[in-house]
Amino acid sequence: MPVITYRQALRDTLRAELARDPSVFLMGEEIGVFEGSYKITAGLLDEFGERRVRDTPIAEEGFVGAAVGAAMLGLRPVVEIMTINFSLLALDQIVNHAAKIHGMFGGQCRVPMVIRTPGGGGQQLAATHSQNVELYYAFVPGLKVVAPSTPADARALLLAAIRDDDPVLFLENLALYNVKGEVDESAGPAEIGRAAVVRPGTDITLIGYSRMAAVAVEVAERLAAEDGVDAEVIDLRSLRPLDRRTIVESVRRTNCAVIAEDDWLTYGIGAEIAATLQEGAFDWLDAPVRRVAAAEVPLPYAKPLELAALPSAESLATAVRQTLDAVARRR
Amino acid sequence: MTRTTSRPRRRREQDPTPSGTEDPEVLLGHYRRMLLVRRFEERAGQEYTRARIGGYCHLNLGEEATVVGLMAALEPTDYVFTSYRDHGYALARGVDPGRVMAELFGRATGVSKGWGGSMHLFDVDTRLLGGYGIVGGQIPLATGAALAVAYRQGTEVVLCHMGDGATNIGAFHESLNLASLWRLPVVYVVVNNELGMGTPVERSSAEPELHRRAAAYRMTGERVDGNDVLAVRDAARRAVERARRGEPTLLETMSGRLRGHSVVDPARYRTPAERDRLAQADPVARLRGQLLAAGVLTEQAAEALDAEVGQVVEAATEFAEHSPHPEVDTLFDHTHATPVPGETRRLPADPLFPEDQ
Repeated sequence: MPVITYRQALRDTLRAELARDPSVFLMGEEIGVFEGSYKITAGLLDEFGERRVRDTPIAEEGFVGAAVGAAMLGLRPVVEIMTINFSLLALDQIVNHAAKIHGMFGGQCRVPMVIRTPGGGGQQLAATHSQNVELYYAFVPGLKVVAPSTPADARALLLAAIRDDDPVLFLENLALYNVKGEVDESAGPAEIGRAAVVRPGTDITLIGYSRMAAVAVEVAERLAAEDGVDAEVIDLRSLRPLDRRTIVESVRRTNCAVIAEDDWLTYGIGAEIAATLQEGAFDWLDAPVRRVAAAEVPLPYAKPLELAALPSAESLATAVRQTLDAVARRR
Repeated sequence: MTRTTSRPRRRREQDPTPSGTEDPEVLLGHYRRMLLVRRFEERAGQEYTRARIGGYCHLNLGEEATVVGLMAALEPTDYVFTSYRDHGYALARGVDPGRVMAELFGRATGVSKGWGGSMHLFDVDTRLLGGYGIVGGQIPLATGAALAVAYRQGTEVVLCHMGDGATNIGAFHESLNLASLWRLPVVYVVVNNELGMGTPVERSSAEPELHRRAAAYRMTGERVDGNDVLAVRDAARRAVERARRGEPTLLETMSGRLRGHSVVDPARYRTPAERDRLAQADPVARLRGQLLAAGVLTEQAAEALDAEVGQVVEAATEFAEHSPHPEVDTLFDHTHATPVPGETRRLPADPLFPEDQ
C-alpha cells in the first residue's frame, strides 16, 4: 500500500470524486488559484476548471448557505472553510438550515453536502485561530460530524461524507496534514457512525478523535514499552452519530478509561463520552473516568503558554498512569 | 429627522382600470387567487385564536396583490423560497389549500407532514422550496439553488422572497454579491410593508429605499406598487426574463400589512390615520372595485366568487380538522436522509442502552 500524507489523501480523494461524479463540486475561499490555504486543493482548478472548483469571496454565511441551496437541488457541494474558527460566521446556515431542512420539511428534501474544515491549535495563531469548536456541530441533530486521524481514514471518511445524503461536517486538523500513513486506494468508503479500535489492549481504554486519537496511539505504544501496560485505543472517527456501543464494550473489558480531546473540558466531547461510560459501564468501572483536554483559556500566542494549554502525549501519559495507579495495574 | 427620505409613491383610490388590453379571464383569475389568500388568512387568524393553530402565525393580509402578482410571473418549473410569511405563496403557487391548512393544524397530511407549521411550508411538486423562520435565512439558500441551476445550465429561475427587515442582515449582502458576481438566475423580492415587526423601515435602514441597495452589486433594482397585481406581475416578469439571462434583480414591492406582525400582535403602534390609510389601500377591495367599474365583474359574479372561495376555505379547514395527527412513532423518521449506525432514537426518559436493561 502506498504511504502518503493526510493532505495527499484528502487531495487524491477530492480529485477522484470530482472525476467520478459530475454533481460534485468544490467551493471555498482561495481553493482555486491560491490552491487552498493549506494546499489541499492544489492542482484541482487546473484539472477541473472554475465550474467545479469555485473560489468564493470572504463570505462564509453566504457561500455555505449557497452550498446548502445547491445541495437541495441535488448537487453535492464540498465546501472548504479555511479553519473551523470561521465556520462560526456560517453558524446560522449550518445549524438552522443545513441541519434542519430534511427534518423540518418532513423528509422532502435532502442536503447532501460536505463542509471540510481544519481545527487545531499549536501553530501560534492565538485565540481566534486555534479553536476546536466541533462540539457546536456534534451537538446538533441532523448533522453528521466526522473526524479522521489517519490518512487512510481521511480518504475513507471523505468518500463516505461526499456520497452521504446528509450534511456532513468533516473535521481536519492542522497538525495532521503532514502525517503519513498507508492508504489502500482500493478500499471503499467508511461507515459514518462507527468508531474504530485502532489498538487492541486489555489494561485501559484510551478514547480520542482527530489529533488526540493519533496522540493516544503514541502514548499507548510508549506505555507498552516503558510500563508494560497494554492499552486499548479507540478512535471515535464520528462525533455524531456517536458509536457508544464500541466505547462501552471496550471499557467493560478494561474497566478504566481516559479520554483525550483537543477541545475545552467543560461541556466538551469528553463529557459526553464520560456520561456514556457512566451509564453504560457503571458496574465495570474500577476508577473514575479521566479527561485530558485543553486548558480553559483563549489560546495564547506565546509558545510556552500555548504549549502549556494544549493536551499532549505527556499530559495524556500522566493521566493514564495516575488512573492505572488507582487500579494498581502498572507493573 | 436630519435627512430626507423619499416616501413610496402610492396610487390612491379611483385608479384607472387595469390595463384594458388584459384578458378578463386573467384578471378574474388574479382576483380569485387574491380573494383565496384573503379568506384563507382570515380563517387562519380565527383558527389561531381558537388554538387549533399553534406557534407563530404570520399572515399575508394586505399583500395579496404582491403574492399573486409575483407567483403569476413564474413558470411551474421555477423555484420559490420565502420568508415565514408564506401561506399565500403556497396557495398562489397552486398547493392544495387543504394541505396548507393541515400544516398549520400540525397534521400528517400537511405540506410538511406536520413538521414545519406555519413558517415552514414546503412542496416538491410546485417547487416551493420552503418558508424559512430565521429572518433572511432563505437568501443564501435561494442563491445556492440558482447556482445549481446555472451549474446545470438550466433555464429555471429562483424567486427569493423576503421582508424589508431581512435586508439588514449580512447574508442579504453576501448573497446579492455572490449572485451578481456569478450571474445567477435569481430574483430577490423585498416585500416592503414598511415595518419590521413594529419598527419602521426608516428607523432600521439607512437607505430606506431598499431597491437602491442593488446598486452596490451592479444589479438592477426596481420598486413597484405592491397593491397593484398587474404592476407587480409585470415587474416580476421583467426581472424573471433578466434572471434567465443571468442578471439577478432586487425587486421591492410596496404594500401595507393589514394586521400585526403575527396573529398575536394587536399592532397598537399603529395610529388611527395609518389604519385608515391601510384600509383605503386594501389591494383586494381595490381590484374588486376596478373590475366592477370595468365591467369585468358584476356584483352578482363577485358574490358568487365570494361564496365559492369561502367554500374552498371551509373545505380546507374541514380537511385539516379531520386529518390525523402525526404518529409519535414517526418521531425519528426524518433526522437523517438515510439510516445511520449509532443514531440515537431515545425519548427523554429512555436509557442510553435499553438492550442492557
